[in-house]
Amino acid sequence: MDILTYPFDNSYILKNKRSIKKQLLSSDNGRIKKKIAVLGGSTTNEIVNILELFLLNYGIEPEFYQSEYAQYWEDAVFGNSELDSFSPDIVYIHTTNRNITGFSSNMSATESEIDDILNAQYHHFEQVWTAIKNKFDCPVIQNNFEMPFYRLLGNKDSTDYRGKTNFINRLNTMFCKYASENENFYINDINYISALYGLEKWSDTSAWYMYKYALATQAIPELSFNVANIIKSIYGKNKKMLVLDLDNTLWGGVIGDSGQQGIEIGHETGIAEGYHEFQQYIKDHKQLGVLLSVNSKNDHENAIEGLNHPDTVLTPDDFISIKANWNTKDHNIEDISDEISILPDSFVFVDDNPAERNIVSAQIKGIAVPEMNSVENYIRTLDRNAYFELTSYTTDDIKRNEMYKANIERIRNEKAFTNYSEYLLSLEMTAMIDKFDEVSLSRIVQLTNKSNQFNLTTRRYTMNEMEEVFKDDSYIKIYGRLCDKFGDNGIVSVVIGKIKDDCLHIDLWLMSCRVLKREMEYAMLDSLVEICKKNGLSKIYGYYYKTAKNAMVKNLFSDFGFDKTNEDENENASFVLEINNHKSKNNSIKIYNNGGY
Amino acid sequence: MEKEAILIKLTEVFKDVFDLDDVVITPYTVADDIEDWDSLEHINLISAVESTFKMKFKMKEVSTMKNVGEMMDIIAERTKL
Repeated sequence: MDILTYPFDNSYILKNKRSIKKQLLSSDNGRIKKKIAVLGGSTTNEIVNILELFLLNYGIEPEFYQSEYAQYWEDAVFGNSELDSFSPDIVYIHTTNRNITGFSSNMSATESEIDDILNAQYHHFEQVWTAIKNKFDCPVIQNNFEMPFYRLLGNKDSTDYRGKTNFINRLNTMFCKYASENENFYINDINYISALYGLEKWSDTSAWYMYKYALATQAIPELSFNVANIIKSIYGKNKKMLVLDLDNTLWGGVIGDSGQQGIEIGHETGIAEGYHEFQQYIKDHKQLGVLLSVNSKNDHENAIEGLNHPDTVLTPDDFISIKANWNTKDHNIEDISDEISILPDSFVFVDDNPAERNIVSAQIKGIAVPEMNSVENYIRTLDRNAYFELTSYTTDDIKRNEMYKANIERIRNEKAFTNYSEYLLSLEMTAMIDKFDEVSLSRIVQLTNKSNQFNLTTRRYTMNEMEEVFKDDSYIKIYGRLCDKFGDNGIVSVVIGKIKDDCLHIDLWLMSCRVLKREMEYAMLDSLVEICKKNGLSKIYGYYYKTAKNAMVKNLFSDFGFDKTNEDENENASFVLEINNHKSKNNSIKIYNNGGY
Repeated sequence: MEKEAILIKLTEVFKDVFDLDDVVITPYTVADDIEDWDSLEHINLISAVESTFKMKFKMKEVSTMKNVGEMMDIIAERTKL
């Protein structure tokens, strides 16, 4: 559920928890049931309510036991018949620095006196863990301690042995040591998440004084989410693979248009720096056993070229599967899933394009599709969602990528996408297709000079030349602007044709790759045919001039229904369409114009 | 903020927090009038009101507030331009 993935709206979740819960319960995602005992050192009611939402979202249906107010120690150490008969699958101990009772500011205390207090405080907690281990032998999740909200000794509070900050840091280190030496014991790092959230906001003193909540009520979703992440990881509900787009996801720019030297990755610009750190972050996941694959709309060789950029961190070898083609992305995901025999609900799809994310999350049940909006936020967005929360680690994890890679070559299984046209309709696309106008000319020139892939003649125009065309009535010249429910894509297509007798000869036909597979080319064709009819023309001649980059449109005119009249040894070809034979091809886009023709 | 506008916005908060689509509140509404409005839910209500109106209640106000009307008075005062 989107509202339960980062970045989430804490107050929305808190306010609407009842209706969110209803929604979660109404969808059957094959939930497992788990009994969770929450032993609190402060009020836990709302923490439990919100934890339930996050767990349901992960497919875990919890049943809770909550200790009476602040009875965590008594419940664990002395036992309690209700807790015994509850027989928990997991115990979460919600204690905070409000439960550090041994420490008090005493400037005349000696170092060894403080050591004794520290050890006594630690043993108070270790007693709890030992008792639970002996009685229930189940996983234990234990908060460490957040920093205190005031510092009696100022900055010295952290360095002086009498400082509380110093005391808490030492106690946290002892908790870490226990965690590293004991299986089935997990630290819920509230020291980190309170810092992330902002200690000032986290330490809402009135929530403590009035209701005995040891954190701000608004911060509760942060805490509960963190606990839920540990629990889902323990029950094997982590994600397994990152499925990554390339252009503007792993590097800045579009490689098909600007070539290897044109993309941004490395240290030359701020953007390049951002992609560099993101690539490193992704690459580091391999060591955790997370699988990596590519899912990009690109020619395969362009994708490989990008991944061999001199400043790249990720290289083709890092991926178990590279799907760089012109299939729909959900189709590619199904293919990857078949190749490695892992269900796509354990994939995380990482793509900067909201339209691609939309189709993938609509088509692939259970896949995680985080909102990747801008490179400076990419790491944060993935990291906070804790898709790969680590609760156990084996040396096999590091080899996992290689393992899958070896298996992969076998299965190459093409699946037809059944309802792509439905998807297109769902985008609610409208296109403004019209005669060139003054205000659009500079964008038309810009697009004309940088489009390489979807470009039939790759003819370039200066601003002056384009103005000549604009003024000359012997040319038919149209541009197309495409909008969909996600917004305006701007001017994405340009067609120029020269009238000779009753024929139109296409000088230029291009489209931005951002709108591939949207039927925009059909919309342009249908409009062009209409205009030709109005002008009393009977034939359209099309030309394809092969370049290193425009292989994808080699068959465009044939696909349009043109007949090939000629092709030379360099694969340059000409085509012709009898206008009266044309049947309209666009079914998905609503076309309008401003009456230029 | 005008009292009427506050009451409308406040009604939305009550709808969400208590999950009651047809809840009607007046300045005279008290906790006993709404089934789920117990001391635990009071905390959530206060928190939701604070985040909706982007203001904070003082501790003393939370403990002495007697009905919705008093809550509205405080909101009105704190959201005054």
